[in-house]
Amino acid sequence: MIDRAVPEPVLPSQPRLQLLGISKIYPSVVANAEVNLTVMPGEIHAVLGENGAGKSTLMKIIYGVTRPDAGEILWEGRRVTIPSPSAARKLGIGMVFQHFSLFETLTVAENISLALDEKTRPAALAPRIRRIADEYGLPIDPDRHVYSMSVGERQRVEIVRCLLQSPRLLIMDEPTSVLTPQAVLKLFESLRRLASEGCSILYISHKLDEIQTLCDTATVLRGGRVSGTAKPKQETARSLAELMIGNELPACRLSPSTPGEVRLAIRHLSLTTTDPFGTELQDINLEVRSGEIVAIAGISGNGQQELLKAISGEIPLANPGTVQLDGQDVGRLDPAKRRDLGMCFVPEERLGRGAVPELSLASNALLTGYVPSYGTGMLRRGLIQTGAVRDFARQVIDRFNVKCGDNSSLATSLSGGNLQKFIVGRETQLSPRIMVVAQPTWGVDIGASMLIRQAIIDLRDQGVAVLVLSEELEELFMMSDRIAVLADGRLSQAVPLASTSVNQIGVWMSGNFAAPNEEASDHVAA
Amino acid sequence: MLRLELRPEPSRLMMFASPMLAALAMLLTGSILFSFLGQDPLQGFYVYFIKPATTLYGIGELLLKATPLTLCGVGLALGFRANVWNIGADGQLTMGAIAGGCVALYFQDVDSAWILPLMILAGALGGMAWAAIPALLRTRFNTSEILVSLMLVYVAYLYLSYLVHGPLRDPDGFNFPQSKMFADAALLPILVEGLRTNAAFLVALLLTVGAWFFSTRTFAGYRMQVSGMAPAAAVYAGFSEQRNVWLAFMISGAMAGMAGVGEVAGPIGQLQPSVSPGYGFAAIIVAYVGRLHPVGVLLAALLMSLLYIGGESAQMEMQLPSAITGLFQGMLLFYLLAADLFIHYRFKPAHSSATRATPVSRGEIAS
Repeated sequence: MIDRAVPEPVLPSQPRLQLLGISKIYPSVVANAEVNLTVMPGEIHAVLGENGAGKSTLMKIIYGVTRPDAGEILWEGRRVTIPSPSAARKLGIGMVFQHFSLFETLTVAENISLALDEKTRPAALAPRIRRIADEYGLPIDPDRHVYSMSVGERQRVEIVRCLLQSPRLLIMDEPTSVLTPQAVLKLFESLRRLASEGCSILYISHKLDEIQTLCDTATVLRGGRVSGTAKPKQETARSLAELMIGNELPACRLSPSTPGEVRLAIRHLSLTTTDPFGTELQDINLEVRSGEIVAIAGISGNGQQELLKAISGEIPLANPGTVQLDGQDVGRLDPAKRRDLGMCFVPEERLGRGAVPELSLASNALLTGYVPSYGTGMLRRGLIQTGAVRDFARQVIDRFNVKCGDNSSLATSLSGGNLQKFIVGRETQLSPRIMVVAQPTWGVDIGASMLIRQAIIDLRDQGVAVLVLSEELEELFMMSDRIAVLADGRLSQAVPLASTSVNQIGVWMSGNFAAPNEEASDHVAA
Repeated sequence: MLRLELRPEPSRLMMFASPMLAALAMLLTGSILFSFLGQDPLQGFYVYFIKPATTLYGIGELLLKATPLTLCGVGLALGFRANVWNIGADGQLTMGAIAGGCVALYFQDVDSAWILPLMILAGALGGMAWAAIPALLRTRFNTSEILVSLMLVYVAYLYLSYLVHGPLRDPDGFNFPQSKMFADAALLPILVEGLRTNAAFLVALLLTVGAWFFSTRTFAGYRMQVSGMAPAAAVYAGFSEQRNVWLAFMISGAMAGMAGVGEVAGPIGQLQPSVSPGYGFAAIIVAYVGRLHPVGVLLAALLMSLLYIGGESAQMEMQLPSAITGLFQGMLLFYLLAADLFIHYRFKPAHSSATRATPVSRGEIAS
């Protein structure tokens, strides 16, 4: 039953899914109020909205995770209740979540075998996984263990897992945030093919250009209500964004600046890895100067984790000269000592690494604010100065407009975007000399993203040396002075933004650094 | 049909109520057990749980037995909070007793006020030395500290046994495997005349307060907490995992070692083949029943002490087997783990017969 390659014939005029007046009220917040939504067979339908606009709740209602308080769900014309995700899957609804639900110690095939409703041995699944993966341009090895995979690779597993069940409605929650531009195009081809086979797609994203290329219809949510429906191809990105946030779009500005002295230098950094699925770093060279933002583009799994850990000190290096801060060799120093020299980090994972989930925001301020050279006064003779810690947390919350109860709210109670604002705010507030940021806006809504990017640009304008690693080229082109690409453990040279192009960087991301930079040089010559 | 659903936030009420619920469930099951053993459940209940606390002497015994449990439990709780699993407190207690006992026997003829402090210090160092082995193996070779510390318990038992059968055996002791009795200067002062409760109880109280201060107010305590809750965050922040493991083992080892001195310099008064009826293991239960919080551990130690004493009086008065103590300890931990489920989950009545309890991953709930 699982290979439902040929969809059951459905009248073209019959909607695949219809939501009528769906409401969901939580004790403190109205998540959805009288939401109507109609998805036709073979339609690619965008659901747009800021974090907290009620997109996730609506999707969870469709996928049977949450029950609506009021309203009706019509599936192919029949009124249904969807009590559980497995019931949703039986109807033919598949969902790719933004937060993964994979078992790290199991292989890809084992994970997928567990998620399927019918029992199939992992070994029997492997060829099917390979076939689907090839077909849709999402290369994954069924025998790899999930723990060794990057965020980007894990997402591929999630997508393939859904596609294996040949769904008739596929819900995708921000699926492209970790793909290269070329891979995004390939995914879009696959999605279009799926749609042409009659599968409907609900596509949640905040990337307006993607929605404009891909989607036939868009339903925009704001504050739990439908604020409008649109044909994205007939709208501008600006008009869609304004429909989404209800007022004018904030922008971030990168004014020209003159970089100062070299603050962070990486010289001939090579790193072998003990992890069988890790990426070896090969002869990496990079300089980041005061007052500039250097971007490293590339898809997770190409050495990003290793490079970040080598810079932060989480992996100690054999040769002290391979990483230098302010000209000082720090290769053998541990993370605390490197922080003491004025380095701050925003890691890729927020919960569990950048913040401790079960601790309050105030306690999370202490996590990195303790370093003596930051001068926060949070510690005196090894004792925690509660007053100073709370003041610091309060300042971060106010300055970065973090939406939370107060500084005693647990980190885990914040939305992803708000927690990221808190973490970026905390590291910024520590007045770093060197700031390293990984995936600054992954899964963060557009308003908060702009705020975070602007905060990073402000740091650079104050003379901080900033290194940003991201998978989102659009973002890097918005906020960097120079850009390099990390592919397969090798780093390209860092070139000024003006002398390159998205296409060029995209080619580099596939590992081909030798490709001539024709288009860009023409551009400069002209 | 009921089903479990994840609470949006962990329930604070249940966090405190769950040890009470567990104790209550243990009592109920215990009563049923008594009736199966042919005893009047109410009588059994009275003998086991009420009678020991009805006399001043009984209360003194209660505090006496609660002392090593508190010392071990508080130390273990600090380590457990930091994800360091020291299961070998009983071995560290034994080594502490040996070290303290050796000091007492060496200064057998010296009558001085510094002998007791020296014994306590030696006990702490002995416990720390024994705890250093799993700490070293964990930080150097990444061995499992659970297995190493557990196995070292039996090594310590055998070492003590060797000493009292050999080098430290009392020459005038009719070949009994025990050391000489300690001199008066090497015995802990009694707190109240006529009871056996000694100054070690005050030490335990003091260290409980100290541990509370350490875990809430000092940065070292915060580092250990972060290491336990989110190891990756600790590494990110620059907290050393090795230091965390060492600190946890040193604190719990020192406290267990002092508990050992409290036994040999207290109610026992000499070295014997066995100095602990498994206090170091019972302290694991104590740490969890006490919610890994120093004050909670103190209260849990009193409860556990009651289980020991009640078990003894049940053996004597009702001719019940000695396994009854272990049975009650096991039930308490079992029910506690069961009741802890309700900190994060709650029952939800099912809506209709169509609804099945479907496992929903955390990701699905959290997204």
